[in-house]
Amino acid sequence: MKKSIFRKFLFCLCMVMSSLGVYAQEQSRTVKGTVTDEGGKALERVSVLVSGTTTSTLTNASGGFTVQLPPGKDVLEFTYVGAAKKMVKVEGDTLHVVMTFEDKKLDEIVVIGYGTKTKKDMTGSAVSISSKEFNPGLVGSSEQLISGKSSGVQIMTNGGSPTAGSTIRIRGGASLSASNAPLIVLDGVPLETGGISGNSSNFLSMINPNDIESITVLKDAASTAIYGSRASNGVMMITTKKGKGDQLKINFSTVVTLQQRKNVADMMSPAQFRSVINAEGTDAQKALLGSANTDWQKEVFKNAMGTDNNLGVTGKIAKAIPFRASAGYYNQHGNLQTDKTQRFTGSLVVTPSFFDKHLNLTLNLKGAANNNRFANTDAIWNSVAFNPTQPVYSGKSAFGGFYESLDNSGIPATGANRNPVGLLEQETRKSDVYRSIGNFDVDYRFHFLPDLKAHVTVGYDYSKGEGSVWIPATSANGYNVGGSNNSYSQTLKNKLFTGYLNYSKNINNVHRFDATAGYDYQHWSAKAPAITYYNEKGQLQSTAKASDERHVLLSYYGRVNYTLFSKYMITGTVRRDGTSRFSPENRWGTFPSVAVAWNVIDENFLKYNKVLSNLKLRASYGVTGQQDGIGNYSYMSVYQQGNSYANYRFGDEYLYVYRPSVYVYDLKWETTKAFNYGVDFGFLNNRIAGSVEYYTRKTYDLLANVSVPAGTNFDQTATTNVGNIESHGFEFQLNTTPISQRDFKLDVNFNATNQYTKVTNITLVKGATTVGTYAGPAVAGRGIQILTPGYQPNMFYVYKQVYDAAGKPLEGVYADLNKDGVINEQDLYRYHSPAATWMLGFNTQATYKKWSAGFTMRANIGNYVYNNTKMGLSAWETVQYVDAALNNLHKDYLHTGFKTRQYYSDYYVENASFLRMDNMSVAYNFGKVAKHVNMRIGAIAQNVFTITKYSGQDPEVTNGFESAFYPRPRTYSININLEF
Amino acid sequence: MKKILSLILIVSLLASCTKDLNQVPSVEATSESVYTSLANYKSVLAKLYSSFAVAGIEKGDGNADMASSTASWGYLRVYFNLQEIPTDEVVYTWAGGDNLTNIQYMTWGASDTWVSAMYYRIYYTVALCNEFLRNATDEKIASFSAADQASLKVFRAEARFLRALAYTHAMDLYGNVPFVTEADKAGAFIPPRIKRADLYAYIQSELQAVEEVLPAPLQNEYGRVSRAAAWTLLARNYLNAAVYTGTADYTNCLTYCNKVIAGGYTLEPVYKKLFNGDNDKRTKNEIIFPIEADVTHTTTWGATTYLVNGPIVGSMKAADYGVVSGWNSIRTLREFVSYFPDQTGTADKRGDFWTNGQTLNVDDPSSSSQGYSIVKFTNLNDDGSYTTDGGLVNTDFPMFRLADVYLMYAEAVLRGGSGGTVGDAVNYVNLIRERAYLNKTGDINASTLTLDFILAERARELFWECTRRTDLIRFGRFTGGNYLWQWKGGTVNGVAVDAKYNLYPIPTTDLASNPNLIQNTGY
Repeated sequence: MKKSIFRKFLFCLCMVMSSLGVYAQEQSRTVKGTVTDEGGKALERVSVLVSGTTTSTLTNASGGFTVQLPPGKDVLEFTYVGAAKKMVKVEGDTLHVVMTFEDKKLDEIVVIGYGTKTKKDMTGSAVSISSKEFNPGLVGSSEQLISGKSSGVQIMTNGGSPTAGSTIRIRGGASLSASNAPLIVLDGVPLETGGISGNSSNFLSMINPNDIESITVLKDAASTAIYGSRASNGVMMITTKKGKGDQLKINFSTVVTLQQRKNVADMMSPAQFRSVINAEGTDAQKALLGSANTDWQKEVFKNAMGTDNNLGVTGKIAKAIPFRASAGYYNQHGNLQTDKTQRFTGSLVVTPSFFDKHLNLTLNLKGAANNNRFANTDAIWNSVAFNPTQPVYSGKSAFGGFYESLDNSGIPATGANRNPVGLLEQETRKSDVYRSIGNFDVDYRFHFLPDLKAHVTVGYDYSKGEGSVWIPATSANGYNVGGSNNSYSQTLKNKLFTGYLNYSKNINNVHRFDATAGYDYQHWSAKAPAITYYNEKGQLQSTAKASDERHVLLSYYGRVNYTLFSKYMITGTVRRDGTSRFSPENRWGTFPSVAVAWNVIDENFLKYNKVLSNLKLRASYGVTGQQDGIGNYSYMSVYQQGNSYANYRFGDEYLYVYRPSVYVYDLKWETTKAFNYGVDFGFLNNRIAGSVEYYTRKTYDLLANVSVPAGTNFDQTATTNVGNIESHGFEFQLNTTPISQRDFKLDVNFNATNQYTKVTNITLVKGATTVGTYAGPAVAGRGIQILTPGYQPNMFYVYKQVYDAAGKPLEGVYADLNKDGVINEQDLYRYHSPAATWMLGFNTQATYKKWSAGFTMRANIGNYVYNNTKMGLSAWETVQYVDAALNNLHKDYLHTGFKTRQYYSDYYVENASFLRMDNMSVAYNFGKVAKHVNMRIGAIAQNVFTITKYSGQDPEVTNGFESAFYPRPRTYSININLEF
Repeated sequence: MKKILSLILIVSLLASCTKDLNQVPSVEATSESVYTSLANYKSVLAKLYSSFAVAGIEKGDGNADMASSTASWGYLRVYFNLQEIPTDEVVYTWAGGDNLTNIQYMTWGASDTWVSAMYYRIYYTVALCNEFLRNATDEKIASFSAADQASLKVFRAEARFLRALAYTHAMDLYGNVPFVTEADKAGAFIPPRIKRADLYAYIQSELQAVEEVLPAPLQNEYGRVSRAAAWTLLARNYLNAAVYTGTADYTNCLTYCNKVIAGGYTLEPVYKKLFNGDNDKRTKNEIIFPIEADVTHTTTWGATTYLVNGPIVGSMKAADYGVVSGWNSIRTLREFVSYFPDQTGTADKRGDFWTNGQTLNVDDPSSSSQGYSIVKFTNLNDDGSYTTDGGLVNTDFPMFRLADVYLMYAEAVLRGGSGGTVGDAVNYVNLIRERAYLNKTGDINASTLTLDFILAERARELFWECTRRTDLIRFGRFTGGNYLWQWKGGTVNGVAVDAKYNLYPIPTTDLASNPNLIQNTGY
């Protein structure tokens, strides 16, 4: 179909040109030549235009062309789909032209919601990153492929564990306390949000990153509004690889990695700890010093190995049906002992066409099996806090032979840290997760009206997670309850029906219409059977009820594109969503958008410009919604029955209780209204290309969990539509190719993102005076952050520390900010935000002959982190909580000498701006190493270095809160790629 | 062919699928399905009671009632912290980490998490009671049998009692507060503010309205209230009327004390058995209204679990109290110790302090070896055996018991209430004293029965039973400087504190959500 449009286009072009007439001039000369791609393969149907004239021709099947050059004209313009336009000055009578495909192409097809568009025709803000540009090395989950590649897209791994997953933010997200995660659409199937029991945080890893062809990020509201009520936080469109080419091609790649361990925190050495206890401790404390010297962090964090192997086969079944099949095996151990994950994946895509490509079918099946073993992450905190003068093993048989702090009855003391090695070794938490995602697309172009196309997708996303927990009764952790032996499972089913009609009409190349109208039905169900918790001895411990929840989303949507002279473009979309999550009065919402664009470069006044190769202005406005982060039945008065451990006795009968749940009948979507302004530019044949974007965004009816008036609902807080936030941002993307020679090519890309968000209201009563709503991770009973109207969200709400002349923080001495002579909660202030003001990305890729090398760097500027690890380990009181045990101290104690923890001191809030090299790679392409075998070998280092003033483990942590953070390892990989 | 098929598919889907937007829970119930049987009403009523006992509906407060982490400690633990930790009866080890320093030092503000937790816990119970009453109107229960309706009317009276109890705590702790009844629809509205005196009048009228509907004293089922519970609450509120309204009403206090005393309750002969794992049996004699706990059925890490495990410190052996491991949390102050004739419980058995390895003075509140501990609540059965599950207990919390009523009687007489005699007052107090001393050597007489004695005797008899703050306020000794104890006001030997601390502040969160509210003076 693509080809036929192209053919028509060319035909029209020829008609236009011939009608204008071609005036042959005297003294014209004939030039002959050939056009090939970089590999020397002849290119057919390359358009060859004599610059400044209307004389043109097309290359033939062997790439050859002949053209008449009028006198005074000696420049030829070569254009070809997917390749950069090339201007060549003709010196002799023959020439050989090589078209370059690596350059940023304006004819690149970008996947958008319910269709595709060329980049040139895009009116909204979208970034498409293809597999060639993906991050190399060990990639556990798909989103990491594009980390650092695009402005406005932030991807942060949640920690060093291979099961940790990532946090994805497009333009920082538009919500406050509901979901800020983007909608992810895989080959047209919107995926289940969140995770599943057994893989709650890394669910996207169930899609093999090696099967992905491209990831398109839709950023502005006009691009996302076609996804309506789920679009506020942006959309990530993942397209998987399909079969192409006639020949059977087999690709095999293998990556072997070593993850290098890191320490969690800078704790005292055994010798330092001894001397501090001997100097400052009581006799009882001195008596708790042992004779061992144990580096607990080294005991639990060790170097770890991993591997990722992929086999891909593409070709045609019976020389007619394109297919791709793949299989993958990924295995990664975590640095934290016992932590590991492995994944088996398989996929099959067949794309048969019938009736002269009028009917195109796609059958896409993906399956994954994932086995995890989760380490007990309490061991992280305990590895830094455990007494370094005690040994790992006690030499006795009790508690698995591990040294433990015992109380005066000889049992593990309540409140004491447990031996971190024991926590890891004496606990087995495993899960097996299976996921299958599939879609069957029918794409039919009507025979009687080829401009009209019908498309139907039937898709599903089915997954099942099963897991078990086993803790022996002899372990210190399980001692009081006789251990644990239980299992759980959950099943998620997501069914999708999509159907739309698309009509596109090109009238004389002047008017182009493209209209789409469709209908979606999506049904989700989540089921988990009741759980019975047993201890290791088989004694009943507790129960949890079964759960079975469903929700449905119905949608109608449409889009109209109109293009005039290929220069002026307008796109309008509308979607109407109905959800089962809201009451009948509120369940329907309409989400419109409009976008305009102007290809200035095609105007006459720029036409013969040699410097500027692209200039496009864009503006858009859209309304989108957000409905994740609220329950499926939150608008109903739901009663839950308690289990037998929460009975209440009347007489001799233990009654099961019924409890009403908090509910808000009037719940509705969060609504975001956003403007976006963009400029796309390109210089020198787009060897310098980029874009600048600016957006403003207002979110209304924020779904926030806020205090409701006491006594009016069944909790202090309810998730309701309450707040407003405003944000604006600036994004800059620059892709350059400073060197583009046959043997040497250099790409340098840079992106920058600036974001600012402000809370404008967060109370039910508008304008109510309030210091705000506590938010973020709890420190000493309240969230360390606060949401206050007029301020950035989640600012740290702390006291201003006072220092002595030597720069030492004075314990309990804070600035009396309100100058009332008393230091109390009225002196707390809002000190910075965890959100970075600037995020920068920088990546480069160089190829020289058969060598290639590159790196990706990222920087965040202006982000702050509260170091809870340091706070909670560096005051004298933290050295002992229970009579039976001492805890190690953070070296910062030697600096502060704090007696008690200074929970709310801004001393612990640090500037965590950083520059990180995410990856660095070098590869050598051996080319043909045997008959039909090409080989490529690469070496990659990931998380190479981080430059920061932040004193903790890692400046890039969730919520700007570092607490026993699982360090991200530095990773070294060797990658071998074979192609047959 | 295909297009026709797909068109048919589309049309049929469009038509049938809109109905799919009506999804209802399949495991849980809804308000429509719950209020259909007497048994279900009883299950909801059980939750009203258990909202004082546990903080969730699964094991150990699991599946928490309220999202706030502090409120998840449960009603009773939070109530204990506000009523006891700022007084002379408790020093708390983990004040820093549990954010209790400001409570211990009486420096709390309107953003304090515990101040907020109690407030919202109270209003959670009020909301549950209101929801129950809304669904138990005469109209809504009209379709039930006459017998069921009779039962439902008693349920209703119990719900109103429990709401009055919660409102009493709101009145006592916060003063002028929001006022919500079953007449208000659940959901988004802004409740009016009620003045403390008006709330007092409402509470007393509610209790008087239900007292005749409730079963006679000792005729109630275990766990549920009789009219004696309503009387005790009435008496307690009348005793504090001067604090709540500015006008004393000791005569009415005596009226209701007399009703309770005439109700047939008797003192449990062994003091320790009032607070042990078998103390559900004491509802047959002394305990008028218990808040339940049970190792297998009513499980919580707050309430009495906290009161049994918390005071086990230092060299104390957890197994001696029926649990597995001490929490090193709660100790006493020297001022409290000094109320007893000796520190070992030799004369007064109630004053059996744990001194081994402990200091009397508390120079560092966070050191669990400073301050004597004392065993009041245990998980031991009457025969010394016990069952526990990782430290969970069977011990009920006596919200009301006869000894308290005796002491209220004596105090009301001394304060000039009519309807009682000094002679009876001395007799009642001596019943308590004789149980404590196991003989008459601790007896008092009319001349030694003074208000100061009453306050001290209440400390000895009722310590850790969540009356201390209210008692000290009634005696004018909670704030100000006429009675100091260690760490009052945040200094080692205590210091005068502002009178504003007689009331806790209205949490800032509710001030922001409810514009009808006015902050208490001084905050």
